[in-house]
Amino acid sequence: MKYNISFLILSGLALVACEPEFDKSVDDAGFYSSGEADFSNYVAVGNSLTAGYADNALYLQGQENSYPNMMAKQFSHVGGGDFVQPLVADNNGGLLAGGTKIAEPRMILVFEGATPAPGTLDSEPTTDITNHIEGPVNNMGVPGAKIYHLVAEGYGDIAGVGSTANPYFVRFASSSETSVIADAAAQDPSFFTLWIGNNDILSFATSGGVGEDRTGDTDPTGYGENDITDPNVFAAVYNQLLTALTANGAKGAVANIPDVTSIPYFTTVPYAPVPLGEAEAAQLNAGYAEYNEGVMLLASLGMLSEEEAQRRQIVFQAGQNPVVIVDEYLTQLTNPLSGEAIPNFRQSTPSDLIVLTASSFIGTTVGDDPLQINGVSVPLDDKWVLTPEEQELVSNAQTQYNATIKALAEQYELAFVDTQAMIQQVANGGIPYDGGMLTNAYATGKAFSLDGVHPTAKGYAMVANAFIDAINDKYKSTIPKVNPGAYPDVLVK
Amino acid sequence: MKKIYISMAVALLSACAYAGGYRVALQGQKQLAMGHAGVAVINSAESVFFNPGGISFLEKKVTISAGVSPVISNIHLQNSQYGWVEKADNPVATPFNVYAAVKVNDWMSAGIAVYTPYGSGVEYPKDWEGSHLVNNIELQAIYIQPTLSFKINDKLSIGGGPILAIGSVNFNRNIDRAITDADGNRSNVSIEDSGVTAWGYSVGLAFRATDDLTLGFSYKSEMKMKAKDGKAEFRNLPSTYPLNTDNTTFNATLPLPAELAVGAAYTINEKWMVAFDYNRVYWNAYEALDVTFSNGQESHNPRNYKNSSVYRFGLQYIASERFTIRGGYYYDESPVQAGYFAPETPRNDSNNFTGGLSFNVSERFAIDAAFLYIHFDEIDATYDHYQENGKNVPFGGTYKNNAFVPSLGVSYAF
Repeated sequence: MKYNISFLILSGLALVACEPEFDKSVDDAGFYSSGEADFSNYVAVGNSLTAGYADNALYLQGQENSYPNMMAKQFSHVGGGDFVQPLVADNNGGLLAGGTKIAEPRMILVFEGATPAPGTLDSEPTTDITNHIEGPVNNMGVPGAKIYHLVAEGYGDIAGVGSTANPYFVRFASSSETSVIADAAAQDPSFFTLWIGNNDILSFATSGGVGEDRTGDTDPTGYGENDITDPNVFAAVYNQLLTALTANGAKGAVANIPDVTSIPYFTTVPYAPVPLGEAEAAQLNAGYAEYNEGVMLLASLGMLSEEEAQRRQIVFQAGQNPVVIVDEYLTQLTNPLSGEAIPNFRQSTPSDLIVLTASSFIGTTVGDDPLQINGVSVPLDDKWVLTPEEQELVSNAQTQYNATIKALAEQYELAFVDTQAMIQQVANGGIPYDGGMLTNAYATGKAFSLDGVHPTAKGYAMVANAFIDAINDKYKSTIPKVNPGAYPDVLVK
Repeated sequence: MKKIYISMAVALLSACAYAGGYRVALQGQKQLAMGHAGVAVINSAESVFFNPGGISFLEKKVTISAGVSPVISNIHLQNSQYGWVEKADNPVATPFNVYAAVKVNDWMSAGIAVYTPYGSGVEYPKDWEGSHLVNNIELQAIYIQPTLSFKINDKLSIGGGPILAIGSVNFNRNIDRAITDADGNRSNVSIEDSGVTAWGYSVGLAFRATDDLTLGFSYKSEMKMKAKDGKAEFRNLPSTYPLNTDNTTFNATLPLPAELAVGAAYTINEKWMVAFDYNRVYWNAYEALDVTFSNGQESHNPRNYKNSSVYRFGLQYIASERFTIRGGYYYDESPVQAGYFAPETPRNDSNNFTGGLSFNVSERFAIDAAFLYIHFDEIDATYDHYQENGKNVPFGGTYKNNAFVPSLGVSYAF
């Protein structure tokens, strides 16, 4: 029996020793290389894209799937440390300020029968900005921030919410006086990412160009929220940000600004969304006959060009029709007899970008009057359409921003991420992943969330991979990529 | 004596031992200790399983054996492309065996066997990277086999009997890689059924070529376990999703493949015996795991297994009246073909090391102990036949698996 016991003991030992081990484990130090960079303290600076904002809200799952958080998980293979995010309280999205709702919950796809349509989640937000998060936080993405906001002191002062402060920064700002960049630099990052400047053109674009182009105005304190930031202001602040972030020798990656015209917010609603029958078209044409004739008459008087007069002719026919819009860039005309102003109407063309939110507005009636149809008998205001002139303002500023980012990336010897080219590819054919193709088709393209501006988790994974590629390339590291196919895309109610 | 124990234990420690498909070859402690070779070894009630033709050669009037073999299995999977590693936290499975054989008269014996030749228990972390293929699975089949054996003459004996298989399944996986409910919880489906039955048979033949050499043959037929109207539960689906999931049931068929064994046992002298078995398992019956749901959903999962062989070798040494010591080895070919390496049964070819002993408490009563260590080489493998948008999406990485099975039984004979 003595032998039996020793046999049992030895068997027991063998049992303990039986966990299989890989020849080379991905968790072993040295499996992946950090190259020339030090990822021990990674700080991400940016706007909503950096925060993980999606579906028009900041919510837990979006934060979990923010590109900096995905990257931080991969950085953990190459010496990366903890990555703290200013997590919101729920998966609903939206914000409260002292119990009052100041931001709506997230959007969600709702099936009515077999047809899906975007809607708003019918849950109330529970994240109150008065609940301050003790920092520091590694993810310093602040939804809504423009470049000059990052250096603005008091941007996290709760007393300034609604004017000079940002409710998302209020949640984790170290003090009411601090700025985003001050809090980021104070963490003494060993590695940083900076993706900023999108909102400096995007808010102008998504508002249909109702703001002003501030090019030439170097005082951002006077800018409105929908204005385009002056490219010189952009360059100066960008330099200031990089100076602060690299003060202690940190390495990092910067990303440029994608084309606003690549995103579903501007590509989903077609320029000719109005289906009409022959009788309806004839009736509408009768209604616009006086305007059409008036414009042609004024052209013959030399008050506008013949070409513009042709552009301003409003003609409907049976089938799909363009909408009627108010275009501030048309010549302001007055009736020479009565002195009355003649409206700046024209019909949309393939060069116009109708904003996503117009899809639920075009075709509605004014005051339940069946004859007053928005976009048809009632022309669309400026805010619903980004006209070619407005698009040019956006792309002029963007071109200069991107030149600045590229040049400063080289000057500071940073990894450069060409998100402009990446989003162009998404819009032109798509970016393949293991389960299909990420495109900019609204909801079905899987790259963009329901707000039409911010990526889905799959889209953010694609962003993370673009950063990782650029970092590996620049710093000779071998950080593994993430698999976009393993992440969710559009959530369904 | 002492030397042998130690060398056995050392072999165990240094090799750190692990078993293709969902076959669980743990059908008797004495034979398990000999590399699970036994179609030509006729010395206990375990023969009712190993060779129903042989039991009329048993010398004792009544022989009974029973035992359990808890399986401790480990699956580690890592993916270096994306930098993740996962471990399955598998529940300890407990295959068991109960055998009895009775000499009815000089030329006929009767027996009964209850055993669990097929099963699987794998549990991955919920919502892990491969959760669209499996979160967890538990399969079990119990075989009940009454047997008659006839001694044709002193050299030849044949036998066989019907097998009633009783099976159960419990399987959960996520619907796909993306879909969640409104709150972001992954949508998943469980299928569960028990008491599924099927009939088959087992036949065998034993031939005593000489006093020292016995040859054996046995065959067990294939059985198809057909789950009908089993319970299917969909969880965390979006509430507006256009799919009816109330009171859903499912139908599915899982084959339990036929198995052929031929072998020889040679008694070298009073103390030593060697045994060799060759097994062929007709796994090509397992083409796909297709699940049809009552709401019209279908899940097609190609498996495309191939027939596989097992080569077994065992050694027995009668050390004393009290002790019999056994050792063995077998090489188990995996039925899984390249590109079909699914995480629910991630088995590549394995080297298997066995050992054990019997302690004769009395002339009638013995305790049988055995161990099995299953060693799988590290392997890079994928399952390529999961589809998304009509496109195959491979899943896999580097697998490193093992299993350890201590086994304990008793036998009684008079």
